[in-house]
Amino acid sequence: MSWGLFENWILPGLWVTVQATVFSALLALVVSFVVGTLRTSRLWIVRFLSGAYFEIFRGASALVVIFWFAYAFPLLFGWQLVPLWAGVLALALTYGAYGSEIVRGSLAAVPEAQREAGIALSFTPMQRLRRIEIPQAWPEMVPPFNNLAIELLKGTSLISVIAVADLAFAGNVIRLSTNESAPVYTLLLVLYFLLAFSITRGMRVVERHAKRGVGKLPEKKSRSGQGDVAPAGGSTNGGGA
Amino acid sequence: MNSKWNWDAVWDFMPFFWDGLILTLQALAWGTVLAFSLGLVWAIALRGPRWIAWPVIGVTEFIRNTPLLIQLFFLFYVVPEWGPTLSALVAGSIGLGLHYSTYTMEVYRAGIDGVPVGQWEAARALSMSTPHTWKAVILPQAFRRTVPALGNYVIAMLKETPLISTIGLVEMLGAARAYGVQTFNFMEPITVVGVAFIVIAYPASLLIRVLERRLATY
Repeated sequence: MSWGLFENWILPGLWVTVQATVFSALLALVVSFVVGTLRTSRLWIVRFLSGAYFEIFRGASALVVIFWFAYAFPLLFGWQLVPLWAGVLALALTYGAYGSEIVRGSLAAVPEAQREAGIALSFTPMQRLRRIEIPQAWPEMVPPFNNLAIELLKGTSLISVIAVADLAFAGNVIRLSTNESAPVYTLLLVLYFLLAFSITRGMRVVERHAKRGVGKLPEKKSRSGQGDVAPAGGSTNGGGA
Repeated sequence: MNSKWNWDAVWDFMPFFWDGLILTLQALAWGTVLAFSLGLVWAIALRGPRWIAWPVIGVTEFIRNTPLLIQLFFLFYVVPEWGPTLSALVAGSIGLGLHYSTYTMEVYRAGIDGVPVGQWEAARALSMSTPHTWKAVILPQAFRRTVPALGNYVIAMLKETPLISTIGLVEMLGAARAYGVQTFNFMEPITVVGVAFIVIAYPASLLIRVLERRLATY
């Protein structure tokens, strides 16, 4: 693999992967907070609709959703998204569904008395959420969000199949042009690993900051073990708590 | 221009869909077998001496933190350069199983850690050998707790099987793409496949929830 290929494909690909990760992570965060709080609503219809959203996007395969936004969506609605944004939207909706379960579980873990105190002080539901429940639930959300962010980073490699020139796409271009696959794919694996590693480092800082906000000490030994939260997610972690 | 939903295309696609479904389930079955068994091996190795445990931690962290897609490319394109050539189904199943073994490892680990230390000590007091302790005392107790979480990973793996279409396996999504390319009907086959995933995954996740409740009360 020559320097030219590296400079013209890998570096821009890395940048596209970072962009896709950041954009879809931000959008997924919004989706998870909106859907997650709606799922704790008192109105059954709101709970039902947000629950249906969660089940649909948790049940569908991310790659199929990406394909659907790239190929079926333009035919159905008559306008087409730029491939990068089709990918970002599909990823955000899928991973936002997983994220909503994290938000819902953490909100449910806030002691009931906190909510009652908020009602007693005649906070509006919105004020309660913003000033009482979310600040206390947030530190609990950070570690699972870290795992989700890494899943999302790995998920961004899927958008290469709808011709977004990200890292995975660059890898395929280089494999086809040089006919050597070992160096390229090894480099790609290492790059993705480094990206995932830096996300974990960054989230560690966020976690420490969040825990300080509610006067908790950060956990000493936290291996990035993800055991309980991952694509299937949901029913084992934070379910109701 | 909006194109209309065409039911004929749906019926026309069905024979290809069934073929794809069978390949999806095949890849899922082999992947599951590999993920369950290899994950257990990793988890037991973690309990071993340092020179075994540390490399295992390093390797599994690396596998877990890199995309399955690239790992599939690696198995399909790089491995044949110095090893056997793998078919798409074999490479896909190995990739899927290997990737998810690093997740099932954590499930087993949690299950094994959940067995009280007293059990180990009791086995030691009865002068049972280490392999015998694993087989007769620890694992039977650990497995019980792991069933629902393992089930979740089977569903997760199901949803990752379409990735294997990128190395040429004509499973459900592969069939939908092939059909779309030939007939210019993309909308119907892709939607059918998407719905199929939900139809399979949703009852499965309900089943796991029931199982979880059953196993929790003992």
